[in-house]
Amino acid sequence: MDTRVDVRKTYKLFINGAFPRSESGRTYPVEDAKGRFWANASLASRKDARDAVTAARSAQPGWAGATAYNRGQVLYRIAEMLEGRRVQFEDEVARSEGLSARRAAAVVDASIDRWVWYAGWSDKIAQVLGASNPVAGPYFNFSVPVPTGVVAAIAPPDSSLLGLVSVIAPIIVSGNTCVVVASHPRPLPAITLAEVLATSDLPAGVVNLLTGDPAEVGPWLAGHDDVNALDLTGVDDDGVSTQMQVAAADSVKRVLTSPSGDWTADPGLGRIRAFTEITTVWHTQGV
Amino acid sequence: MTLSYAPAPESTGIVDLKAHYGLFIDGEFVEPIDGTSFTTTNPATEEVLAEISEAGPQDVARAVKAAHTAFRSWSKMPGRERAKYLYRIARLIQERSRELAVLETLDNGKPIRESRDVDIPLVAAHFFYHAGWADKLEHAGFGPNPRPYGVAAQIIPWNFPLLMLAWKIAPALATGNTVILKPAETTPLTALAFADICQQADLPPGVVNILTGDGSTGQLLVENPEVDKVAFTGSTEVGKAIQRAVAGTGKGLTLELGGKAANIVFDDAPIDEAVEGIINGIFFNQGQVCCAGSRLLVQESVAEMVVDSLKRRLDTLRLGDPLDKNTDIGAVNSAIHAARIQEYIKTGEDEGAQRWTASCPIPERGWWVAPTVFTDVSQTHRIAREEIFGPVLSVLTFRTPDEAVAKANNSPYGLSAGIWSEKGSRTLWMAQRLRAGVIWANTFNRFDPTSPFGGFKESGFGREGGRHGLGAYLRSEVV
Repeated sequence: MDTRVDVRKTYKLFINGAFPRSESGRTYPVEDAKGRFWANASLASRKDARDAVTAARSAQPGWAGATAYNRGQVLYRIAEMLEGRRVQFEDEVARSEGLSARRAAAVVDASIDRWVWYAGWSDKIAQVLGASNPVAGPYFNFSVPVPTGVVAAIAPPDSSLLGLVSVIAPIIVSGNTCVVVASHPRPLPAITLAEVLATSDLPAGVVNLLTGDPAEVGPWLAGHDDVNALDLTGVDDDGVSTQMQVAAADSVKRVLTSPSGDWTADPGLGRIRAFTEITTVWHTQGV
Repeated sequence: MTLSYAPAPESTGIVDLKAHYGLFIDGEFVEPIDGTSFTTTNPATEEVLAEISEAGPQDVARAVKAAHTAFRSWSKMPGRERAKYLYRIARLIQERSRELAVLETLDNGKPIRESRDVDIPLVAAHFFYHAGWADKLEHAGFGPNPRPYGVAAQIIPWNFPLLMLAWKIAPALATGNTVILKPAETTPLTALAFADICQQADLPPGVVNILTGDGSTGQLLVENPEVDKVAFTGSTEVGKAIQRAVAGTGKGLTLELGGKAANIVFDDAPIDEAVEGIINGIFFNQGQVCCAGSRLLVQESVAEMVVDSLKRRLDTLRLGDPLDKNTDIGAVNSAIHAARIQEYIKTGEDEGAQRWTASCPIPERGWWVAPTVFTDVSQTHRIAREEIFGPVLSVLTFRTPDEAVAKANNSPYGLSAGIWSEKGSRTLWMAQRLRAGVIWANTFNRFDPTSPFGGFKESGFGREGGRHGLGAYLRSEVV
């Protein structure tokens, strides 16, 4: 009797809406939670990081210029796509994190729900974080949150899907674009998520996903002048974190450090706030 | 016919200058442990005003300890009681406003009209506004239980000495932090007068500490491991050094740094108002303003008319004795700074821009720079890219709104911008595209305690003023 040999997936990077291999030609072996070989992931290089920043920068004005209603629908569409492929994610999360089928299903539930939660924020951020300011003079004065620009993020190493989604969604919901380094030991759900992102009406370049070593790629991203902010959530090495924070100072990047990392907790507004700027406009009043 | 003005000097009799000032630590004026001092000078006369103590390592350690001890009770005090101290301070500033205005003008060189009508009223307003927040923090949008950082080290510049103190101390105290403030080396006097106000208000010892000194004192504060929060206003260069110094320490940080603001004039702008606004934008406080409108972007069709009108108006400004109530342009703050501005003026000429300087007479003593306008400036010129921090305006032109946006945003800075147009839809279209923290439409250089201030990009991060400014002194809870 013939046994069918399954077709395995090649895991590549996700840059500007496409799935290239690392320009360096490098890969690294990824094991499942039981230590068995699973696949070779691309080992992103400095040049891949630069390409990803270029893509994110090009996509940023268009994404920020989309209406909040439109951005909300795109994020909701991501939730829809994820729901449709939940079985695949349950399998990958279980294999990556060594969870039971039931626990993995709960993680996927939470990940889908997180997209839905952030989708709803897109057209409420300005109302909650903005203000009309009663200045002492004949001016109409208002403050609005606007996206910081291009954010480079290091996703958490342990939570391969829920942690990743919890990092990406609050960055892009306000109109930022991002370059995200996926979990180094558990990168495969991130690339599968990229397949969801690529089919969710999300414009190319809004999310760029790299697999590789944060200690190698992170400092390049931190020193890149076209990156406006850093999310160091997934940096678990104090030395690398400090090195990246020092590099960030060269262009006065905003840096998010020391979040609690409890992905089941209410996310709150802290992450959205961390990657928005406040613009205040004074306009004269008179006849 | 020439019009002349009789001198109208404000009396300095209201100011009781001491020959020597100590450090303000734990509610008392004390002498520095190693006994070092420096002098502060009146930039309009070059006369020494007073001898000032230089805080060294042991003084910094004492102040941090005092602030730490005070934090325990200050942060636990009910907000309504903290509020009353801030209201007291606001009232004391109002009561002593004339004295503070004269002192500011003596130490800084800014016209008395500015310190009397702008700086000091805003200082009082800032304390009054933040006093009201102290018992309402749970309603400020930072979660149900907003917590202060602890001890805040605050380092401020010399361009608005007491106003920058207010921007730092009022929100820090309202949110329950205690502070160590270091005023600029050349303008310590109003901060020391503020220490006296803290005593008059019976503010608990250690809640506010004032350490005078130079950059090395500031560095000691930034690097002190017992400091929980650093707030800095000053140059981008020093801001970057501070960001590097706090990297990896977990300290809170807000930075309000340099700028190179575009002041954009469209062809439908009310030209006379725009000219006044351009002048207020770049010559207010001798151009020593981080948000100064130092790049004039004027639509090509009206450029000649605007520049001619600007020059005509600038020739009527009065430069001289800052204490004279009719003075428009005062002294620049120090000899070093005056030389730096002159160096930039020379660079502008060397790079091929056309210099025009107002014809006002320059006093024999003191440090002065006459209002200067450069035309034929290109975007690559240093005078169009770098912050000069002086009364020097670079004029560039544009044809379309898109070009104006591109040129305005073509800068590592993003602090402020101005838009002059009678067309509201265009103004809002522009405001949406300018990468700047503060945008003034048909006005410039307006400030208010309710209005958040702060920049994008290399102009820093964090906001001062308004509900948003409270965030700089509350620990952000990020999941």
